[in-house]
Amino acid sequence: MDWLRDIIDYVPANIDQLRELTGNHLVQAILPIIFGVLLAVPLAQLARQNRSLAGIMLTGSSILYTIPSLAMFVFLPLILGTSILSMVNVVVALTIYAIALLMRSTVDALNSIDDGVRQAAVAMGYRPLRRFLTVDLPLSVPVLIAGVRVISVTNIATVSVGALIGVPSLGRLFTDGLTRNYPEQIAVGIIFTLLLALVLDLLLVLLERLLTPWTRPTKASEADDVALDARTVAA
Amino acid sequence: MDYSSSNLFVQMGEWLANPDNWSGSRGIPMRIIEHLGYVGLTMLFAMLIAVPLGMYVGHTGKGRVLIVSGIGILRALPTLGMVFLFALLFSRGVLPAVWALVLLAVPPVLSGVYSGIASVNSTVVDAARSMGLTEWQILSRVEVPNGLQVMLGGVRAGVLQVVATATVVAYAKADGLGVFLVEGTQVNDNGRLFGGAVVIAVVAVAVDGIMALLQRFAISPGLRAARPAARSEKESGRQEAVASAQGGTT
Repeated sequence: MDWLRDIIDYVPANIDQLRELTGNHLVQAILPIIFGVLLAVPLAQLARQNRSLAGIMLTGSSILYTIPSLAMFVFLPLILGTSILSMVNVVVALTIYAIALLMRSTVDALNSIDDGVRQAAVAMGYRPLRRFLTVDLPLSVPVLIAGVRVISVTNIATVSVGALIGVPSLGRLFTDGLTRNYPEQIAVGIIFTLLLALVLDLLLVLLERLLTPWTRPTKASEADDVALDARTVAA
Repeated sequence: MDYSSSNLFVQMGEWLANPDNWSGSRGIPMRIIEHLGYVGLTMLFAMLIAVPLGMYVGHTGKGRVLIVSGIGILRALPTLGMVFLFALLFSRGVLPAVWALVLLAVPPVLSGVYSGIASVNSTVVDAARSMGLTEWQILSRVEVPNGLQVMLGGVRAGVLQVVATATVVAYAKADGLGVFLVEGTQVNDNGRLFGGAVVIAVVAVAVDGIMALLQRFAISPGLRAARPAARSEKESGRQEAVASAQGGTT
């Protein structure tokens, strides 16, 4: 079990480097989620109001979504004028993927809101913007969070790929480990990546609980939760 | 390679237009074949694992929680790390890389197959059962044809991720389309770097387009005719959303 000891010993011996790489990794994974939500929600609302625009935006975003991240990391400096080593490239690329994924599910979520609820808000004198922010948006939070959870898991994994072209992240442990023939270092990187994904996912579940107090599970609805989890994976 | 200009777009165009790059064992067509070879082999293994498992869980409902959490953990696994780890632990050959990619492809295929089977209306399944179909007949004649579109959506998402991620194999073993990026960076040949990135993007978009067509034509004609046009359009939109949400390129 020497390799296990090596893995455990690696962490305290390299704690400063690990802290820095983890910090970089988190920045590159979380910023695209925030930008993605901030951009996808208004775009989704726009798409709902204009059908031909919706077609163009959905097709365009699904093509962008198809472009592999490594290719995207290489292209973006060319378009943005940033350095190829810059974290900006990774953040922009992952934001594009996040928008592509979220816009679709947000359009569906907004469309699925019961029309009666909307009409009730209108009857109570809500103007469109206030109605959107206080009625439509909160009701689509569960779908939005389901999308964000998928994005957060894939982002945490994808950020590592940036290390191939020199952007600092936990992926550095993979590239270093390969060149130094040091599997334990790669294993540490994989474990840290898994932990980050797990922590972020738990935080998102908590956030959903906070934002949607009306869905807080009672004993009777706990069985449905399993079904909901299954759907989250499928959606 | 010498370029006529220092402009990166010009270099990219010249690299792509140079016939030398389109022939031989290090040329673009050969690299595309290698790349698609990885994709094919990976999807073969992933489907051998995920399709029976997804069908079993979808049909019986047993072990649902187990595979849902298993899928979650596999999704969080950084494929880049797994490719490199397997390369060091086993060998820098084709199979270790394929196994690492299989770990990437199993979650989307498994969740697609499982949710495709599980999404079939239970009254339809019960009707089949009451007509005397065996469980195996229910699965093969009722659940699979009805859930096929969602199932193929999962396969499509898996293919897309593997096509994208197989590029990282080049950093451990010099094949596939990632080689142009590795060489482009190493010898500071920007034409090759950006040209290679263009080839990767085009191959990914093309493969996804072919998968979309397959998905459309593989649907049982009975299902296509039964639905009014407007509704089926809406349905396929929803299923594409399901498929795209299952993905996440790497």
